[in-house]
Amino acid sequence: MPLNRRQIAWRAAQDLKDGDYVNLGIGLPTLVADLLPEGREIVLQSENGVLGVGPAPGANEIDLDLVNAGKQPVTLLTGGSYVHHTDSFLMIRGGHLDLALLGAFEVAENGDLANWTTDDPKFPPGVGGAMDLAVGAKEIRVMLEHTTRGGAPRLRKRCEYPLTASRVVRRIYTDLAVVDVTARGFVVREMVEDIDFATLQEKTEGKLIAAPDLKVLKTPAV
Amino acid sequence: MIDKRFKNLAEAVAGIKDGALILCGGFGGAGSPEALYGALLEQGARDLTIVNNNAGTGRTGLAGLMDAGRVRKIICSFPRSAGSVVFEELYAAGKIELELVPQGILSERMRCAAAGLGGFYSPVGVGTRLAEGKEEREIDGRRYVLEKPLKGDVALVKGDRGDRWGNLDYRKSARNFNPTMAQAADLAIAQVRQFVELGEIDPEHIITPGIFVDRLVEVPG
Repeated sequence: MPLNRRQIAWRAAQDLKDGDYVNLGIGLPTLVADLLPEGREIVLQSENGVLGVGPAPGANEIDLDLVNAGKQPVTLLTGGSYVHHTDSFLMIRGGHLDLALLGAFEVAENGDLANWTTDDPKFPPGVGGAMDLAVGAKEIRVMLEHTTRGGAPRLRKRCEYPLTASRVVRRIYTDLAVVDVTARGFVVREMVEDIDFATLQEKTEGKLIAAPDLKVLKTPAV
Repeated sequence: MIDKRFKNLAEAVAGIKDGALILCGGFGGAGSPEALYGALLEQGARDLTIVNNNAGTGRTGLAGLMDAGRVRKIICSFPRSAGSVVFEELYAAGKIELELVPQGILSERMRCAAAGLGGFYSPVGVGTRLAEGKEEREIDGRRYVLEKPLKGDVALVKGDRGDRWGNLDYRKSARNFNPTMAQAADLAIAQVRQFVELGEIDPEHIITPGIFVDRLVEVPG
């Protein structure tokens, strides 16, 4: 069975370490906030100037002055703080975040990331903090479905959509696999057990290399 | 005696000229100077260039200014959001110019202007469409593009408390772009929830020292 969105988020959350400073991009990565592993203190940074983003507020706790990058109301963890935008992006761009966990349209086997526009003529383009995040964090990991709804591969030889940043992605979490971007290309670390490697390769445009210790990708029902 | 407090919104926005480049605080609704937008709409200045993270929602506030045909150009990072109907209509009709800038670079360009600098080299957007036409340089093996300062004629910001010297504090994530914008404009106008006595904001907790602020108006709530 391919993973559902929450399961992809669960798997990505497992790799967060105690004490990590992490920015979660909009879209799929926001689900990670609800699935942080027990016993690990993880400090979430939101680009609009919040360090220590807490869980979603209860109905009578909502404060419209306290929102995340997606403009959703949040809470602040004890120990959290507020900064203005220039300092927020200093954190983001200056290598102070351990990790940015981002959504994507496409990732290339050299680590190129496309996640800000599909050049759809119906919509004006928007970039937000995507380009700052993609070059600033110590590590970039990406979460996305392995193929488009129509079955086209999203793990590409080269991105077709306009790039957000070049050669930045290190690890990819999909509904079918966990894939690292290395100097040799895509290395599959884990994959779901009900498809074989050849099928996974068919769904991927870039060449896949099986890790010598390739594991089964298994998650609980979350 | 220094007293930057204005009696009402109309006086606070008096004198803003046609063609002004206006830095507008806020991230979504948080920290958005809605009352100042309303006052500017009444005041009538047109042919404006607006700097904001987004491009308005609904039909009031920034969207109201755009709907009234007062805005020639918007410099922002993310124009389209839930409810950005006015922007989308104008954009589709070719009636508004858009300059797209990565969010952090938008803030840093304003900080650069505020700091009296001529520009800075940034790795953001290198190798992407947004770097096209920009001067590029390699420094210690890494590629950068040259970004220029972004100065405002006017800043419209929202603070929490303000005093007669123009010192401001803010509330939670309503802070966002406001402090940098106040620094980066020739005329910085702040709406605050509450005027307080000089000295009431602890000096350790003044986020925007009054040197950066020209006018304040109290808008409770």
